[in-house]
Amino acid sequence: MILIKNAQIINSIDDKLEKADILIVDDRIERIGKDIEENPDKMTIIDASGKYVMPSFTDIHCHLREPGFEYKEDIKSGSRAALAGGFTTICCMPNTNPPVDNRAMVAYIKYRAKEVSPIEVLPVGAITKGLLGEELAEIGFMKQEGAIAISDDGKSVMNANIMRNALLYSKDFSIPVISHCEDTNLSEGGQINLGYVSTITGLRGIPREAESTIVARDILLAKETKAHLHITHVSTKESVRLIKMAKEWGVNVTADTCPHYISLTEDEVLGFNTNAKVNPPLRTQEDIEALIEGLKEGVIDCITTDHAPHHKDEKNVEFNLAASGTIGFETAFSVLFTYLVEKNGFDIGKIVELLNHNPRKIIGFYPYFVKEGEKANLVIVDLKKKWEVKEENIVSKSKNSVFLGKLLTSYVETVIYNGKILKKDGVLSC
Amino acid sequence: MKHLLGLRELSKEDIIKILNLAKDMKTILKSETKKTPHLQGYSVVTLFYENSTRTRTSFELAAKFMSANTTSISVQTSSVQKGESLLDTIKTLEALKTDVLIVRHSVSGVPHFIAKNCSFSVINAGDGMNEHPTQALLDMFTIRERLRTIEKLKIAIIGDILHSRVARSNIWGLSKFDNQITVFGPQTLIPPYIENFAYVASSLEEAVSGKDVIIDLRIQLERQKRGFITSKQEYYKFYGLNEDIMRYISGSTLIMHPGPVNRGVEISSEVMQLPNSTIEEQVTNGIAVRMAVLYLCTRKEGIYR
Ligand SMILES: [Zn+2]
Repeated sequence: MILIKNAQIINSIDDKLEKADILIVDDRIERIGKDIEENPDKMTIIDASGKYVMPSFTDIHCHLREPGFEYKEDIKSGSRAALAGGFTTICCMPNTNPPVDNRAMVAYIKYRAKEVSPIEVLPVGAITKGLLGEELAEIGFMKQEGAIAISDDGKSVMNANIMRNALLYSKDFSIPVISHCEDTNLSEGGQINLGYVSTITGLRGIPREAESTIVARDILLAKETKAHLHITHVSTKESVRLIKMAKEWGVNVTADTCPHYISLTEDEVLGFNTNAKVNPPLRTQEDIEALIEGLKEGVIDCITTDHAPHHKDEKNVEFNLAASGTIGFETAFSVLFTYLVEKNGFDIGKIVELLNHNPRKIIGFYPYFVKEGEKANLVIVDLKKKWEVKEENIVSKSKNSVFLGKLLTSYVETVIYNGKILKKDGVLSC
Repeated sequence: MKHLLGLRELSKEDIIKILNLAKDMKTILKSETKKTPHLQGYSVVTLFYENSTRTRTSFELAAKFMSANTTSISVQTSSVQKGESLLDTIKTLEALKTDVLIVRHSVSGVPHFIAKNCSFSVINAGDGMNEHPTQALLDMFTIRERLRTIEKLKIAIIGDILHSRVARSNIWGLSKFDNQITVFGPQTLIPPYIENFAYVASSLEEAVSGKDVIIDLRIQLERQKRGFITSKQEYYKFYGLNEDIMRYISGSTLIMHPGPVNRGVEISSEVMQLPNSTIEEQVTNGIAVRMAVLYLCTRKEGIYR
């Protein structure tokens, strides 16, 4: 039994409970009320005075790198990093080696996760065999085996006909198609956003249209096919505009963006900082404002981390050779709180929706709630704590965070998953 | 001054210091022996990942005139081909007791990357589309020698601005001296936001009219395949410095080009031979400027304290 004392509970913008105690028995929330009787012999007591309790988070876009790239991250180390950030459900992308493009690979990921991960790992299957963009993968079998979405993330499906068929075919299996939107003819050779910083540094630029033209294309294809299109890691104001129009149009489209796109600009690249090399690239203040507005209005449905671990040797190289991506699990909540709540006046309940309700709905899962009778999946956060992101404190095997050296407010202190305390007062217990 | 990575970071005072010193170095070049002991005992290595006989020779001569031990690593025969990383190469150069590394690379930021990871001095001899600081310094030196000033001038830079490290270094350097900079070239080769740093002319006539200096840039003919330009002939007609421009410039307008020149594409032979063309002189001045840079990079009491 676990008793959380004096917690401020937040389930969503409209669902906040004044301070109460939470009693957890086995894997469920047994009671929520004032002054539940303490019994120190039988229960673990957590004092949450001044802290906030909310449902734990779900990330529908991350990279765990197993199999094939375990030197960057593996299912165990990635899961622990996710856990440290308050995530208890994560969906890993299929661009491993071999890629997750068949039912055996989906089964393998699920099996490995069961063995080594303290949290829930859900595989995303490929759209096309070998992620080559040519032939559809066995989407039905993969879904049967437990894939919760399909994506060729890391690459765009450049052939519009294949993409159209993927959307049509996915409908028979009610599985969302997660689209990494990038016209590779436009982005070819590009390293960073095409703009002020690319002009200053002479690094090759990726025009914003590399993303938005494919967003437009996929929206049109989703409109005709009536399939569920999910546009991931949106980075430009034009994409937000297009998604807004699509929603008004009645297209079955959802979208996410990542913590780094709503907080940092292309300026991070100045000085040739390879940790700031991500794909799509960091854009401009205008894009940040459009993305934040999009989140506010519900045009962008949720936040994903796009946790993309890389080895030090893959980042400490010439800029063009540096791998793209930043890790993101451990900083996600704090970045959202710092940049959305503190700087942009978001309600804290909105962050819960962006990290729990909405992503879970997109993959067809029931959201978590901190309520009586629900599974005990929750986090306790300190919203006042200020901390600096430092390499030595990162749980992930990789340390390639674009937020290194940044000062953030709020911290995920305690994580409870299925009634088990997996992180307590900042320390992982698994 | 430990490194010379670019002119964007360099102060006006530092640039003047280099130009003044280059003037002294030029007198050494004019002397019969062409030898000073300034770099005696220093090991200067040139590491060129892109071919450039001109720049490499210029640096090597500069180092040799100052009595340095020079070695050039040609990339075709180096371990780079065997999969050695640049970081490994840096560690090897350190072990080989390199004092100054002169590096040319096709990727922007490589000299910065090396400087972050090494103990020796790094001189940028051209990195990707980023900077070519000694080229801009020699351009500035040439302008100052000819026009007696590098301040408050009207300067046009013509051609491939997008891919040009020469253009960038010149813009960053010349901008520090209150010059009016105009750029012109095909729209496909004008980078975004350049208007924050230079006036973008809408025609060649407008670009060159009334200018004190015209810096013409080399065009890479491979750009045609990627859709940046259409043909040599069309480029020459609309963007090249041909006899038509004579009507818009005065006899004192300097015509500069970093070389090597594509005759009949960027510039006509007739324009190259004008008395106010400085193309050959720039080559000589390049050695003097590089001597000055090498000298300052090896002085502990250098510009950077
Ligand atoms: Zn992606």
